[in-house]
Amino acid sequence: MRPFTYERAASAAAAVEAAQAPGARFIAGGTNLLDLMKLDIEAPAHLIDVGRLPMAGIEATDEGGLRIGAMATNTAVASDPLVRARFPMLSEAIVAGGSPQLRNKARVGGNLLQRTRCAYFYDPTKPCNKRQPGSGCGALEGLNRNAAIFGASPSCVATHPSDMAVALTALDARVETLTAGGGARSIPVADLHRAPGDTPHLETALDDGELITAVVVPPAPTGGQAYRKVRDRASYAGGLASVAVAGGRLALGMVALKPWRATAAEAALVDGADPAEAIGRELAGASPLGRNDFKVPLVARLAVATMAEARAAANGGGQG
Amino acid sequence: MRINITANGEARSLDLDPRTTLLDALREHLKLTGSKKGCDHGQCGACTVLANGTRINACLSLAVMHDGDEVTTIEGLGSPETLHPMQQAFLTHDAFQCGYCTPGQICSAVAMLAEFEAGAPSPETPRGAAPTLSDAEIRERMSGNICRCSAYPQIVAAIRDAAEGRA
Ligand SMILES: Cc1cc2nc3c(=O)[nH]c(=O)nc-3n(C[C@H](O)[C@H](O)[C@H](O)COP(=O)(O)OP(=O)(O)OC[C@H]3O[C@@H](n4cnc5c(N)ncnc54)[C@H](O)[C@@H]3O)c2cc1C
Ligand code: SF4
Ligand code: FES
Ligand code: FES
Repeated sequence: MRPFTYERAASAAAAVEAAQAPGARFIAGGTNLLDLMKLDIEAPAHLIDVGRLPMAGIEATDEGGLRIGAMATNTAVASDPLVRARFPMLSEAIVAGGSPQLRNKARVGGNLLQRTRCAYFYDPTKPCNKRQPGSGCGALEGLNRNAAIFGASPSCVATHPSDMAVALTALDARVETLTAGGGARSIPVADLHRAPGDTPHLETALDDGELITAVVVPPAPTGGQAYRKVRDRASYAGGLASVAVAGGRLALGMVALKPWRATAAEAALVDGADPAEAIGRELAGASPLGRNDFKVPLVARLAVATMAEARAAANGGGQG
Repeated sequence: MRINITANGEARSLDLDPRTTLLDALREHLKLTGSKKGCDHGQCGACTVLANGTRINACLSLAVMHDGDEVTTIEGLGSPETLHPMQQAFLTHDAFQCGYCTPGQICSAVAMLAEFEAGAPSPETPRGAAPTLSDAEIRERMSGNICRCSAYPQIVAAIRDAAEGRA
């Protein structure tokens, strides 16, 4: 690890102000940032610990949704009675990620902003445009079994690994932020992560030093909810693909550099297509690379099964 | 940087480079070498300790992030003369071979039962229901602790005994 200085933020405003210093970074749970700092992939000069800011509450909104503080731990969100009652799929997506120890430490904001787990990104001896702009993409023709099938570019074919973000995308959630100038912004989770284009090192819609303060989830749509994830072992492993269903809305995980809202499938469902036809419409736009071809039929089957589970939940098989 | 933590009930003051992880502070500075370093990247659970009663990976946390916290390691759960019931259950069931993962397993198991009592869900918990302590639940909730010797059947049996007050 490179040397850095450390401070514990006294308030959100103070954190945002301190973040204007060159090389400053927020640290929440630290489970992603420290992992990368140990490998010199991240080398902040100054850490601003926002983990103890009083922004961990989970409250019902007047509209019937929830406002979840950015510093709530993943465990606290997954265990919250209101979350489990209104958005059971969000709780289920969170506990599908990492391990209990990691979820106890990881926060909502940090989980959304965790970086890819592409093996070439993690290996400083390999080319990677995201880690070192202009060095090339090792995964493009390398071991890319877990690469993207949607929205990738020749510059970067990585995926975003968050489970929670996939659920929040299907739930039409938004993040609230505090900007450098002290203003507030609200950004759909679906627009938080950028497509790689030819600048894969630019990852989010946030400005430098902009702090996520909360996630706001609108009321659940009618129809059931379900989340399913496929991975190489039964637990404690990143996903190969996941599907989140909330009523007629669908988001796919680990198939793009952002949670992938399946808008073509949603439109097909509105037009009366059955689930298999609908996901087929989405997958017609997929661009697999060879080693990850399996993701196309995998997502097709997974989406049909997840839609069936959501429908069963809506018909009284659960509170969803 | 100077920090104060309570380690296994004892107030300690440490002057540390901010880069020091909680795990290295415990092992190298406080000489509490019970907590183990397996992967140093959150992938194995050997470093599991309790921070303010919650289980975390001590390798993925900076010591300075724990200024003011109470940290409990395997040394604080019980002593050779007065074992914690979970330690006794692991002995009774021979729930280890090399023993490297064991301190993490035991700290994790103690906190896991507290999470279970508090009603925290796992992927094995049916929607809308309170969890029941099935073997599948124990295995899933302990999945953050890898055992390379694969003592898993004995670990599950030990945790069940401890949970049911038989240890
Ligand atoms: C072995 C392992 C397995 C894992 N498996 C999974 C998995 O299966 N599914 C999954 O979803 N995740 C998985 N994870 C990732 C884990 O969920 C993330 O590391 C965690 O959610 C990050 O949260 P954090 O609070 O620790 O973030 P940090 O590490 O503290 O921060 C991450 C990034 O977000 C920034 N940041 C943090 N909070 C804010 C904020 N409020 N505003 C602005 N910027 C902020 C930081 O500056 C940093 O760049 C795994 C991690 C490990 C180590
Ligand atoms: S896919 Fe993206 S993250 Fe992976 S090596 Fe290529 S540029 Fe880097
Ligand atoms: S040493 Fe911390 S998880 Fe492996
Ligand atoms: S007893 Fe050897 S790793 Fe678990």
